Amino acid sequence: MTGISRRAALRALSFGVTSTLALTAGMALAEGDTVKIGYAVARTGPSATGAGITTIPNYELWVDSVNKAGGLTLPDGSKKMIEVVEYDNRSANQDLVRAIERLASQDKVDLILPPWGTGANLAIAPLMAKFGYPQLAVTAVTDKAPEFAARWDRSFWMLGGGHDYAKGLVDVLAAARDAGTINGKVAVVSVADGFGIDLINGARPAFEEAGFELVYDKTYPLGTSDFAALMSEAQGSGADSFVAFSYPPGSFGMTKTAQSMGYNPKVFYISVGGAFPIYPGVADGKAEGVMAIGGVNADSPAIQDYFARHTEFTGKAPDSWASAITYASLEMLEQAVERVGLDHAALAAELSGGTFETVIGEVKLEDNQLRDLWWVGQWQGGAFRAVNPGDKDGASAPVIPKPEW
Amino acid sequence: MLMTTLILGLVLGGTYALLALGLTLQYGIARIMNLAYGELTLAAAFLVVAFFQGAGLSPLLSLPAIALAGYGAGWLLYQVMMRPLVARSGGSGRLEVDSILATFGLLFLIQGVLLVSFGADFTSISYLDRGVSVLGVSVALNRLIAFGICILAGTALVTALRTTSWGLRMRAVALTPGSAPLVGIDVNRVARQGFALGSALAAIGGASVSMYQTFSATDGVVFTMKALVIVIMGGVGNVPGALAAGFALGLLETFVATAIDPGLTLAATFAIFLAVLLWRPQGLFGARS
Repeated sequence: MTGISRRAALRALSFGVTSTLALTAGMALAEGDTVKIGYAVARTGPSATGAGITTIPNYELWVDSVNKAGGLTLPDGSKKMIEVVEYDNRSANQDLVRAIERLASQDKVDLILPPWGTGANLAIAPLMAKFGYPQLAVTAVTDKAPEFAARWDRSFWMLGGGHDYAKGLVDVLAAARDAGTINGKVAVVSVADGFGIDLINGARPAFEEAGFELVYDKTYPLGTSDFAALMSEAQGSGADSFVAFSYPPGSFGMTKTAQSMGYNPKVFYISVGGAFPIYPGVADGKAEGVMAIGGVNADSPAIQDYFARHTEFTGKAPDSWASAITYASLEMLEQAVERVGLDHAALAAELSGGTFETVIGEVKLEDNQLRDLWWVGQWQGGAFRAVNPGDKDGASAPVIPKPEW
Repeated sequence: MLMTTLILGLVLGGTYALLALGLTLQYGIARIMNLAYGELTLAAAFLVVAFFQGAGLSPLLSLPAIALAGYGAGWLLYQVMMRPLVARSGGSGRLEVDSILATFGLLFLIQGVLLVSFGADFTSISYLDRGVSVLGVSVALNRLIAFGICILAGTALVTALRTTSWGLRMRAVALTPGSAPLVGIDVNRVARQGFALGSALAAIGGASVSMYQTFSATDGVVFTMKALVIVIMGGVGNVPGALAAGFALGLLETFVATAIDPGLTLAATFAIFLAVLLWRPQGLFGARS
């Protein structure tokens, strides 16, 4: 009995799924003359969180904005609507690579947008190069960007490398120490995984060169959820500055632990996650003065307008690090298409050499890399403001010492 | 220093043990290795946060309701999904393989539902996030509460299993599901209760996780892994064993983090796990078969 009814249920289910698929396919075909843009992003799996915060909302916002304005403008002035082909890469590189191959050879999309994450972007780079698509790798932080840009000449690297961020932080701390605000001791913890390792490897020599003493320097495994022991050691180390090269769960966990144990260092720096819109909520409204990676020019009207549109479209504010840059990369693509059309070689040349008006200001790549970036930001008055490089237009002055929790 | 390590370790161990109680119960009594256990935990955590943010209901107040909902969900899950597997296996070892495969699928189903309903974002609430001094060591109150819940649930469970006739029936089914019907025990009913109770404990664990930890819809497997290590170390299906293994793990991790290096906590966990598997494959407290 049960066997038959389950089989019937399964049959009904598969029928339902197939007919839905057929319907979507039918709708897609009916679109007519469009520009096909494909992407394979992580809707499920461990990368879904990062993609869901930084990558997917910006892709959707951009496609929506372009299509509402009548579509992508081509060099002859005509406009074509964007048609999206999307796949879930399930956070697995083999699925991702298969999806990119499918997008290129079967769906024959005009453009491919990159997935989220350094590893994912590196995984598809050879394939993108083989098919000739330009790759605007935004959410990829790597010190080897110059090498990669040279190896795959249609790839663009837009988020700097670990050394850049570490150096920016050391600059901020060195200025505060020279002003006599903090002592020369630093407690630093780092997650034993790609990005954390990159950052700490860049930071150790930079701290040493600037004359800082690392009185506590430990790594912790990915997935650590309890930071009580770690933080109590850091608290007892006598350092005025607490620096964590961490991923979001760690950044949030350490913030909560520092608050509950009453640990009030003069500088409290965390890495990924500190620029997320939910951070002030995580910090129980006491984010003021917390430093983290990234930052935006919070006074720029273009950024304010972008934040407002993002909030209206997705229901939540963008993160203040890679989101705006992701959106800017799409604007670059849009303007490049308007100037040279959809030919991949011409597009790549234009992206590499052209100057673009974006939400993060005027952008011009250097050797296929975006170097004009913010390295350190700080929560000030409810906004995550960029504080380093301090001589860059729109930088805010860092507030040290941080007010107590 | 030793005191700090001891107290932080015990509290951490309590939160670990609480996560593992339900899993060991589900396997011990219903013989279902539930790989979707972490997702159930996570679903409860999301619900607690939704109540907290939507209706201002404090997590401690919604805890009983969540536990009840967990029981109901487990009951339903057993009835709809596990029961046919149990019937098909006819008491053979096939149930273990089948249940692992089935719950592995369930894992993705629940994960998908969570992603669709709560999004991919990190979730975190601030609730009782202040420090409490325990013998001079500052401990986060929300973790202390999780520790308290673990002690309460653990002792209640152990006592009930040892002393009541309900517990006797549970143990009978756990020990010899084949012979239990001979003395008039409805194995299906008892197994269903065991599975549902395990789900209720998963929900309680999830509610306590939501108070002190940042989580996202894809984190379930992390909880399952942790619980699995503890369950296997303590002896599969052994409730006091899971409690002891949880505490041992918490103490070990904290000791390694303070005395040796925080980077070695994971390595130490798995080293001890390996040692247990090599020398006592039935678990620290498991009976020799």
